[in-house]
Amino acid sequence: MDFADSPAEAEFRERLRTWLAENNPGLPASSTDDAYWAGQAAWHQSLYNAGFFGLSWPAEIGGHGLPSVYDVILDEELAAAGTPPRPSLGYLVQGILEHGSGDIQRRFLPGIVNGRDRWCQGFSEPDAGSDLASLRTRADRDGDDFVITGHKVWTSYSDDADWCLLLARTDHDVPKHKGISAFAVPMRQPGIEQRPLKMINGITKEFGEVTFDGARVPAINMIGEPGEGWPLAMTVVSHEREPGELGYVARYRKAVKDLAAKVTAASDAFSLEQVRALGWAIVETEMLRHHVSRRLSDRLDGVTHGPDGSVDKLLMTWTEQAVGHAAVAVGGAAHDGGDDTWLRMYLYSRAQSVMGGTSQIQRNLVARRILGLPA
Amino acid sequence: MDVRFSPEQAALRDSVAQVAARLGPKTVADLDDAERVAKLDAAVDASGWREVRTAGDGGTPWASGVEAAIVAEQLGRAVADVSFIGPTLAAELRRLIGAEPATATETVVLAADLGGLGDRVAFDAAGASVALALHNDALVEAGLADPLPAVDITRTSASVAIPRASIGNLTDDDLDRWTALGLALVSADLVGVMGGAVEITCEYAKERHQYGVAIGSFQAVQHLLADAFVSMEGARSIALHAAWAVDALPPADALAAAAAAKAYCARAGRAVCETAIQVHGGIGNTWECLAHVFLRRALVSIDVLGGEGSNLARVLAHRGIGGA
Repeated sequence: MDFADSPAEAEFRERLRTWLAENNPGLPASSTDDAYWAGQAAWHQSLYNAGFFGLSWPAEIGGHGLPSVYDVILDEELAAAGTPPRPSLGYLVQGILEHGSGDIQRRFLPGIVNGRDRWCQGFSEPDAGSDLASLRTRADRDGDDFVITGHKVWTSYSDDADWCLLLARTDHDVPKHKGISAFAVPMRQPGIEQRPLKMINGITKEFGEVTFDGARVPAINMIGEPGEGWPLAMTVVSHEREPGELGYVARYRKAVKDLAAKVTAASDAFSLEQVRALGWAIVETEMLRHHVSRRLSDRLDGVTHGPDGSVDKLLMTWTEQAVGHAAVAVGGAAHDGGDDTWLRMYLYSRAQSVMGGTSQIQRNLVARRILGLPA
Repeated sequence: MDVRFSPEQAALRDSVAQVAARLGPKTVADLDDAERVAKLDAAVDASGWREVRTAGDGGTPWASGVEAAIVAEQLGRAVADVSFIGPTLAAELRRLIGAEPATATETVVLAADLGGLGDRVAFDAAGASVALALHNDALVEAGLADPLPAVDITRTSASVAIPRASIGNLTDDDLDRWTALGLALVSADLVGVMGGAVEITCEYAKERHQYGVAIGSFQAVQHLLADAFVSMEGARSIALHAAWAVDALPPADALAAAAAAKAYCARAGRAVCETAIQVHGGIGNTWECLAHVFLRRALVSIDVLGGEGSNLARVLAHRGIGGA
């Protein structure tokens, strides 16, 4: 049992650190900044070309076939170097790998991995949030195509996307979970309109809503069999629940380190209450880091994604929100019109207990599937 | 990085769990069964678990902090009413100062609030005749006087007779290393206590019927138990790291890792045991229900070497932030 780097991991970390020292793109270290998006594709391709992207994915699709711990090392070193995080595409890759045909995999995975194509995820709808299976966007067969009609919302990065991983109803005569199919829909076509949504922290980059009115998708772009969109959706959301996949731990550690530096620079200016909020953020972040180590180690035995993802998602949420509380306690709420970076971080942390399945849904899953409590 | 248990560590976990399940208390009445307690104590004695931190070759302990924490967690989970952490910490003190191992069962003496090594309360003193105390900055042997009224009804505390002669001095690094081990072990105990409390409470929620259905079918109850379980899993992860850090990191870093674990486990431990009492309802507020046995054990483990506040202060101090 060892939390430290193995010799091979230490060698990788050193090699990465050396590369980063010379190849830092100088972009904002936040995926919600407009300047980040202007340079995002180049950053992705630079990581990919240097052999530092897709570390845990199979070699056949452009990955490196390494254990997931290498992704964590990458996340840690990117955060330490102050670069943007790695593009978060594991959900797409796993969904297509597990559910897509060989043809679908060959056509779409390389462009995702090497950074040529950008994707968004068309799952949630105005009337289908937690109850995703009640979605109403429809895909109707018309010759070699399906015609899409419907409304998706809370769609991240839809404005920049070339493709959408879309869930739509293809069969209206079966129970709601059985009538959904998944598609790779080209976004740049008439019949698709994209509108940004402003989040509570003021940013307009991340969230969008998308309307489909007669948009077309070739039938050969269906991922999985007709009516098998739901299992794909479950693969994708379970991926979105894993802190090890998302690289958030490294970002929380960076935020906590910056907040600690603020306090050490002027320790007399901070009350006991403010400092304790920082203390809890440090403790929660350390917990999550070690929890990720535990989960990634378990995976070396081939343990796959199960209900444990709900435990991980709740721990990640508690951590992000503790960091958010420290951010607003120590960083301040910018009442004097000053820098509102920390306020925005706090406000963004409120989304973590909603996105990827609310904390209430996760608790239901823990209670039923892990604790065996009755329905 | 590979934090899976080795086959030997998994086997140790399973054998402690088996002994504790066979001989530990199943009911509050079992706590008065002296014959059972003697059998449990004999089994723990024969296992050698209390000696894992005695010095082996070159002064290194027989086993790492991870093995010691594995034993502590499984004993906590069964609210096993025998000593373990006290004798283990006494052995660690002797190892650190290079003294000969103890010949009889001995434990350690803590300050009156249990917040650190001291000369007032002999902790986890069942079966011990001697305890190691920190008295006027020297490590001394002390005899045990009277048993103290028990907060935790599974572990014994005692007052201390006049300390005897000094047996050595601890360096600052020694004290950090020792405190790190102590915090890692009480954190592991709390993880075990949380695990045991969640188990008995889930069982109860499946059996207890109100409004014609099991109370565990109510979402309000499910969410309490889900939060308890998730808190325990987070506590397990950070406590595991602390146990590893005891021997793997420099003393100051090991202490910071242990303090972070203890702060987390102290907060989670109390909340989880309170949930156990809440879900047991009226029954949970009676002496015969095991739920309060878990809570009482947690309360003592929370105070040993400091609770949330003093350990958050250690975490912050390690990052150069004082005054917390």
